[in-house]
Amino acid sequence: MNQYPLWKNLLVMAIVLAGLLLAIPNFYGEDPALIVAKENGVGFTESEIEDIKVYLEEKEKSFSSISTKNNQLLIRFSDVESQINASDSIRSYLNRVATVALAFAPRTPNWMNKLDLNPMSLGLDLRGGVYFKFEVDLDAAIDQRINQYVTDINKSLIDQRIRRNIKKEGNRIRIELSNPEDYTATRRTIRDVDNLLRVTNSSNASITSMIVEMTEDQLKERRDFAIQQNILTMRNRVNELGVAEPIVQRQGLDRIIVQLPGVQDPTQAERILGATATLEFRLVCENENAFEAEEKGRAPIGCDLFYERSGNPVLLKKKAIVTGNQLVDASQNFSQGRPAVSIRLDSKGSKSMLETTKRNLNKPMAVLFIQQRQETKEENGVLVNSAVLEKEVINIATIRGVFSSQFEITGVSVYEANDLSILLRAGALAAPIFKVEEKTVGPSLGQDNIDKGFSAILIGLAVVIFFMAFYYKGFGLIANFGLLINLVLIVGILSLLQASLTLPGIAGIVLTVGMAVDANVLIFERIREEIRNGNSPQASITAGYQKVFATITDANVTTLIAALVLFTFGTGPIKGFAVTLSIGIITSLFTAILASRAVVNIVYGQRTIKKLRI
Amino acid sequence: MNIKKINFLSIRYITTCLSIILMLVSITSLVFRGLNPGIDFTGGFLVEVAYDEPPSIVEVRVNLEDAGYSDAIVQNFGSSRDLMIRILPRENLDNKVVGKQILDSLNSSTNSVQLRGSEFVSPQVGKELTEDGGLAMIFALILIMIYIMARFQWKFSIGAVIALVHDVLITLGIFSIFQLSFDLAVLAAILAVVGYSLNDTIVIFDRIRENFRAMRNTETIDILNTSITQTISRTIITSGTTLLVLFALYFIGGKSLEGFSLALIIGVLIGTYSSIFVASPSVLYLNVSTTDLIVTKKEEVDDGMP
Repeated sequence: MNQYPLWKNLLVMAIVLAGLLLAIPNFYGEDPALIVAKENGVGFTESEIEDIKVYLEEKEKSFSSISTKNNQLLIRFSDVESQINASDSIRSYLNRVATVALAFAPRTPNWMNKLDLNPMSLGLDLRGGVYFKFEVDLDAAIDQRINQYVTDINKSLIDQRIRRNIKKEGNRIRIELSNPEDYTATRRTIRDVDNLLRVTNSSNASITSMIVEMTEDQLKERRDFAIQQNILTMRNRVNELGVAEPIVQRQGLDRIIVQLPGVQDPTQAERILGATATLEFRLVCENENAFEAEEKGRAPIGCDLFYERSGNPVLLKKKAIVTGNQLVDASQNFSQGRPAVSIRLDSKGSKSMLETTKRNLNKPMAVLFIQQRQETKEENGVLVNSAVLEKEVINIATIRGVFSSQFEITGVSVYEANDLSILLRAGALAAPIFKVEEKTVGPSLGQDNIDKGFSAILIGLAVVIFFMAFYYKGFGLIANFGLLINLVLIVGILSLLQASLTLPGIAGIVLTVGMAVDANVLIFERIREEIRNGNSPQASITAGYQKVFATITDANVTTLIAALVLFTFGTGPIKGFAVTLSIGIITSLFTAILASRAVVNIVYGQRTIKKLRI
Repeated sequence: MNIKKINFLSIRYITTCLSIILMLVSITSLVFRGLNPGIDFTGGFLVEVAYDEPPSIVEVRVNLEDAGYSDAIVQNFGSSRDLMIRILPRENLDNKVVGKQILDSLNSSTNSVQLRGSEFVSPQVGKELTEDGGLAMIFALILIMIYIMARFQWKFSIGAVIALVHDVLITLGIFSIFQLSFDLAVLAAILAVVGYSLNDTIVIFDRIRENFRAMRNTETIDILNTSITQTISRTIITSGTTLLVLFALYFIGGKSLEGFSLALIIGVLIGTYSSIFVASPSVLYLNVSTTDLIVTKKEEVDDGMP
């Protein structure tokens, strides 16, 4: 007789039920929604919610419901169009009080939400959105640091009146002393700036010349810092963009991946993410002729030559009053009807601004807009990206009064004011970045992919089910039952892991449907063979399952190896294929060996069978 | 016990010749024509657009040429209203500008156009991916070889790997001969083919191992033929169901999965053929014999004897 012990039957049942429970949220579908959260994290009061409702009704923006969860508002819509439509007006209504993010909210009932049961998360190619891969220019990060060392060491040597010639040679700093007696003092100075720096005397055996370098550890630390800082900044910027469930993560040595589901305008997203725009405030060199300097192609000592937006040359003092990293907050508003950015400085910046404005009343001050642009050039037959810094004077105003931490600047367009305030708020990138990959999937393409992918699954499934039932009769039905459970388990596990389902992922599921019957086919063919060899039906069933067990394991382990290699090397959507394929292999082993056997035992195991129809 | 068998291996010289010819043709095509790499590997810019009415491709090309994109590749994608436009990487290609410029130049006609999706890949990333893809393939082959070596015996391991190389080479060859677009999804499909083809081979090898132990004093070739015969219905049914779903994927799954499903269809067909006519003859050529598979019991040494 073929019978499972009770615990085995219960185990199979428990796994199937758990899979079913995990898979159920996927049948409810999702609503396009907006998530509104206050910047200070405090919840909304009843009256505030009422205000928003009234506002939306006034503006004739149709929504289906408003609910609160974790101090956030969740506004549901019937379609994506009204969601996007409403998001713009709510954003302008709440202005700087709250952030508004586009999202999809599952329609699962409350008790499921409480159990934290969620539907599968859909990848960008199914949901629509933008995918970026950026490369961090680590050489530039090192270069910046070296420049900083040169400035610091030089300043310190000037203070000590040490006569020297200091210059940067690639990643090294060469210091030549006019007076050999200053050697020890110079070494001490360098140690004070950073005692980890490696100093070697130049090979000319002359003690007056030395080379300063960063150690390997310092270089590594600097590179890691640049990437971490960039990821942090980009996270801030993404939050400013108002995207629900964004992904910002490091990939490999020097890459950062950004995924923005639901975003439909990649240009704005990229402008914000990749920009290194910042501001600098400088005094104008008043007593010099800018046109003369332009003609000579050389600025007078202590000044730099820049251009205004109109194309006029301007000479500005080399030393900045305040630089971009001293800005703590910025917001867009209007000043006398013109777009403006209001700015708040940190204490160091405020002090410097206060002193400068006090001493330079009625003198002109310039706002310098600094932006990095990516340029592709051909070098030795290979296309190489490089960063170009663009500096532009956007505004020159006369200092009318003394001010320190808070003020406004004008001279920008509405869009620039908006972008600039986002960028200044989110902080600067520690190193320039280049976009190396971008993928945009429009919402209609995403929906198409979902529709086509799922009909491929359904039709593939239908054909296989029909064939199995026709060919193996009763046993075929059992195999089909296993196939359905297999599908439920895959969906359940994907929902549990919250790994994003991509189009290749769907292809992986389809492939699994085709291959999952393999284990059952092996078993059934073996049972047939045993019967042909004259064995009793019950003995044939036992032998069938027993004899092919090793074969099934061997065959599946090798496919699993291929899937795992794919997972390790694959990126983006291909990873999704590897994930569903791997999960599918494991679940099909369970359904073919344990689950189908349990059913066979229940149906055939307890009675004497004269003839097995298989 | 009289075991029914079909003499599959009687035609082994013919099939081996056929396989060698196919492999040579594939190698020749791969060397001289190469693959037709997709944007994933070359880098560049790609847009997918949908028109309200089927556009004239010639007109679109002229418009793009006017906009300065004379190297653009324009293709129908899915339906006659959908177009895919691809631009290879070149100097000063500012991807921010390209997308807008292309859309503008397409929009100039009365037929309104909608952007469905776009993709930009820098040439460096494409190059890396090509290297990584090759490495992944080699890595997978080595791991699988080690596994089979551990579970079976080196002659089987070599037989399985010969069959795998055969499958991958011919699938790639077909993609090269017909210059089908070879993108990342196709590469993934080929790795899946590696897993699949092995699946088939292992089922037969497993049976060979079993029969070597059960049928002593039988000619090796008879054991191989018996094993193939015993597993042939399973081979056909599994390949059949897999092909059924793959055809569903090919015809219904949409344009972006076409290359993927095609690679798998070719791979499954060749993989099924190779597990019977490449893997099994290979172990025969390697002179596999009963002694290779019988576990030799260590003779117990009796220490108690004087």
